[in-house]
Amino acid sequence: MSGVRLLVGTRKGAFVLTADGKRRRWDISGPHFAGWEVYHMKGSPADLGRLYASQTSGWFGQVIQRSNDGGKTWEAVGNKFAYDGVPGTHQWYDGSQHPWEFKRVWHLEPSLTDPDTVYAGVEDAALFRSTDGGQTWQELPGLRGAKGHLWQPGAGGMCLHTILLDPANPGRIFTAISAAGAFRSDDAGQTWRPVTCGLKSRYELPDPNAEVGHCVHRIAMHPSRPNVLFMQKHWDVMRSDDAGEQWQEISGDLPSDFGFPIAVHAHEPDTVYVVPIKSDSEHYPPEAKLRVYRSRKGGHEWEPLTGGLPQQDCYVNVLRDAMDVDSLDPCGVYFGTTGGQVYGSADGGDSWSAIVRDLPSVVSVEVQTLA
Amino acid sequence: MIRVVLPVPLRALAHVDGELALEVAAPATQRAVLDAVEARYPTLRGTIRDQLTQRRRPFVRFFACERDLSHEPPDAPLPDVVATGAEPFLIVGAMAGG
Repeated sequence: MSGVRLLVGTRKGAFVLTADGKRRRWDISGPHFAGWEVYHMKGSPADLGRLYASQTSGWFGQVIQRSNDGGKTWEAVGNKFAYDGVPGTHQWYDGSQHPWEFKRVWHLEPSLTDPDTVYAGVEDAALFRSTDGGQTWQELPGLRGAKGHLWQPGAGGMCLHTILLDPANPGRIFTAISAAGAFRSDDAGQTWRPVTCGLKSRYELPDPNAEVGHCVHRIAMHPSRPNVLFMQKHWDVMRSDDAGEQWQEISGDLPSDFGFPIAVHAHEPDTVYVVPIKSDSEHYPPEAKLRVYRSRKGGHEWEPLTGGLPQQDCYVNVLRDAMDVDSLDPCGVYFGTTGGQVYGSADGGDSWSAIVRDLPSVVSVEVQTLA
Repeated sequence: MIRVVLPVPLRALAHVDGELALEVAAPATQRAVLDAVEARYPTLRGTIRDQLTQRRRPFVRFFACERDLSHEPPDAPLPDVVATGAEPFLIVGAMAGG
């Protein structure tokens, strides 16, 4: 029997939301790791029971948790993230160079094929990999070789928040880093280069040809077409049809092209979802109406999806890792808000309902489709 | 036997209730106590002090005998009453964050 499991990370713990394939009634378990910030949880595509969670605290640092039973029980695994060699420096706010310092794990991306291999995107920005189920972590330092000395933290921290593994090309990995940009490796993470041609950030970067420094908020791909990428940048929604070599703006008729998450429909590679936010200083929906926007044409033309979503007095935000889709038919779409609501749609976004309304502020939502 | 009180979040992480009672070789110091805590409960590595630098995390404090020992050198001997177990060594999450 089919079903769906939502892995919800919040500012004060993790929650696991499960439903059968109808997606009408939900069971909510948690909080797991109560009181701790859970930046991200994600399951292994190769083993639905294997989950990884990033548990973090301003007091007590970073913990990585692993589950082998779909989130019923957890065990703490390795939490030693040592930069490779002499860590070196990156640019600081005053233009000086500042040493790399590990702060937390923002994103965990399990391998597509091996449950014991998992990537971690961390702040200060770097990519780590574990091949023993999270017990030990090794940095892939080539990424910081991609002009890392010029990276500079943004207001949210210099975080590596997006890791995309190409299902058609095992050597290809994309990453994105706030206020640094988008990067691609074609040799399984050994060497990297910026893939930012076509991005324009004239209010943040006066140099129109700057390779790094673009504030990428999120990148999404459809697994059937991994060379096509969709990006929500700080401002601008972008698309690349050649694995990031060149980007074109597809913001079109969106009410605002600022936002954080972006997601692709499970069965329609040109159906894309974003959640417009008013501006970089006003992190809430335009006109105080919570609207998901859907393009069925791969961008440019967008329609508001409002059914079941608050259309007045709404001042929540939806963070970059807090939107995902299931692969049932029709496709389910889910997102969590800083107000603690998790909304779901079982019909591709046409109608929505709150699965839960009063969680702590939601940081991340990941979906597992259960066979 | 040295008595150690963990903050509630670390008790949950280590799956312990109440105080810890740990054998620590003399002389009892902060470093020796933390080494013993981490040896008994490996999941606490990195949560009290940085794993690489061994420095106390900024928002963790060490109290004993109604004194803040956070800024004492890690190899300084702890008070005799802590070393003998008459008084506990408290690991505290600092008041921070508003």
